[in-house]
Amino acid sequence: MSTEKKSVQKQEALEVATVERTRSGKVFSPPVDIYERNDEIVLLADMPGVDPKTIDIMVEKNILSIQGEIYEQTPPGYELFYREYDSGDYQRSFTLNDSVDQNKIEAKYENGILKLRLPKAEKVKPKKIEVRLKT
Amino acid sequence: MLFRDLMNVNPWQEMDHIREEMNRLFNSASRPAAQFYPAMNIWTSQDAAVITAELPGYRTKDIQLSITNDELEIKGSRQQEALKDGEQYHRQERGYGEFERTLRLPFLVDTAKVDAKLENGILKLTLPRAEADKPKKIEIKTA
Repeated sequence: MSTEKKSVQKQEALEVATVERTRSGKVFSPPVDIYERNDEIVLLADMPGVDPKTIDIMVEKNILSIQGEIYEQTPPGYELFYREYDSGDYQRSFTLNDSVDQNKIEAKYENGILKLRLPKAEKVKPKKIEVRLKT
Repeated sequence: MLFRDLMNVNPWQEMDHIREEMNRLFNSASRPAAQFYPAMNIWTSQDAAVITAELPGYRTKDIQLSITNDELEIKGSRQQEALKDGEQYHRQERGYGEFERTLRLPFLVDTAKVDAKLENGILKLTLPRAEADKPKKIEIKTA
């Protein structure tokens, strides 16, 4: 008897065509939850298998982009027997609202989830945000 | 299907499977269970199999694994952060809920030596093949 269950499938990123990458391989668009509180906007992105050191979060003008590279997952000496998911880097961009203080964005990567906190404030210049690693 | 499977079909077990499947269908109608399971990849070598699954946001206590003969059962659940008053979603794309899945392994496994690791949202299982299940070379004697 068949049920309607289906495996979780990743979405390939849409914006790959406009900006080319130097590394070949697939790029996925991570699924996100975004919610708003009184004083901040919180973004959660599922990015399993990403090496935390490679996570890159940029804010330029009003575009917030998040990127992460996965590390090699094929175990040495093994052959693929059955594949349901592909591995690839993650990449996604969002336009930010003027109300976000771009200096105070905080990022955390834990258990394969990237969590960004975007405090509300006035608009400022482009900034790069460092990922705070949790050890 | 392996030759072993054909030899070992147990009609009672098959009926149990059907009953479980029916129960699941009826249960899912009454309770809002997520209709999904994580995608998995399986790699094999002569002596072991490696299974990986993407489980972002799951902690070790959210995942249960069990092996019976050559079947691996994996269960898990992920809860959504509850929103407080005045908070509202702009986007909601991530899946939540419970899943349960049974995989038929390519060979019998030495359950005592199974290794499971959860790192950066990837579950990695290393399943060594049982000694008794490994292929044996048979010498042909000349008369």
